[in-house]
Amino acid sequence: MAIKPRVKVPKSVAAGEYFTVKTLINHKMESGQRKDKEGNKIPRKIINLFEANFNGENVITVNVEPAVSTNPFFEFQMKIEAAGDLAFKWTDDDGSVYETSKPIAIG
Amino acid sequence: MKKITKSILAGGMLALSLGFATQANEPTDAVMTIDGVTIPTHVKAPAGSPLPELFSGWVFRSTETQAMQLDDFDNPGMIFVDQAWETWSTPEGSAGKSCADCHGEPESFAGLRAVMPKWNEAAGEVYTLEDYINESRVKYMGADKWKYSGGKMAAMVALISLQSRGDIINVKTDGPAAATWEKGKEIYYTRVGQLDMSCANCHEDNYGVMIRADHLSQGQLNGFPAYRLKNAKLNTAQGRFKGCMKNIRATPYKVGGEEFRALQFYVASRGNGLPIEGPSVRN
Repeated sequence: MAIKPRVKVPKSVAAGEYFTVKTLINHKMESGQRKDKEGNKIPRKIINLFEANFNGENVITVNVEPAVSTNPFFEFQMKIEAAGDLAFKWTDDDGSVYETSKPIAIG
Repeated sequence: MKKITKSILAGGMLALSLGFATQANEPTDAVMTIDGVTIPTHVKAPAGSPLPELFSGWVFRSTETQAMQLDDFDNPGMIFVDQAWETWSTPEGSAGKSCADCHGEPESFAGLRAVMPKWNEAAGEVYTLEDYINESRVKYMGADKWKYSGGKMAAMVALISLQSRGDIINVKTDGPAAATWEKGKEIYYTRVGQLDMSCANCHEDNYGVMIRADHLSQGQLNGFPAYRLKNAKLNTAQGRFKGCMKNIRATPYKVGGEEFRALQFYVASRGNGLPIEGPSVRN
């Protein structure tokens, strides 16, 4: 099943000025602490790592824990000096990796 | 502008008598911008329209509700779009196919929502988007029909509507579809229920006026499916019709039935000229 994360990044920004980046991924975030109707434990399945890299340089890394709720939303601020690509990466417990990237221009 | 003056007056009187600042949502030439897409919310009515001008339901809502729709990250309806995107590429039914197998990306449906409902030559009747989705599911996927106004249906309609965001509604009502259109029109203007009201009594004669604590809209379909803060989910047009009919203490027609489909066709055509807002946020 494909997951398509959503990100909101300005198309162009002023060099050295902070701007806001918003990301949201549609994910159940099953904590591993719930039980089904028969009393069996529902296995944990969460996004455990979120990373954003700008031109290969790390901007933010978030270790996500089971207490984070459904559809994790991350918003952060950053600044850049030169144009480039902002790459996002979400890592799932089952090893799947969801990626997307957005170009940012200086202007 | 007669009706708008009325609403301002009503708001003003209330403020006087109760000492309570009711801000009548004065419909303006407000333009909304979502993710760089500019969407007018107030347009001139095309020739032959029963309304002097067309307003999106957005202009009648409170500032806070309006703001939620201006950012896709604040619009809770977008969560359902994400879910529908997953459904889009998930194979279902005996044919083992997903929507993506035939239609590629949802973007291939750009502009479709703006001309819906439309005459389906093969079926010999007017089809809504919901009808087309269910037809595809049964005929090509070998899957079960979705509930006409259910969550999965609303989400998928929202995903397809989103591809037409900002496109001007252009529902064709002539030719073989005319009979259905007339039928829808008759339903629109027929008084029903204990309160003996027709759709027109509120949405044509009194839009902009308060109904209890809320402003009546023109009942346009350009924002559907709409995320309602009231029930925290996406609501389809026919689901809303049902709610309206209950409010006037009438027995609602069947959702997905002939009457509501004709009504949806007629009401959609009343919005010709307004842009599609995709999943909107309403109270």
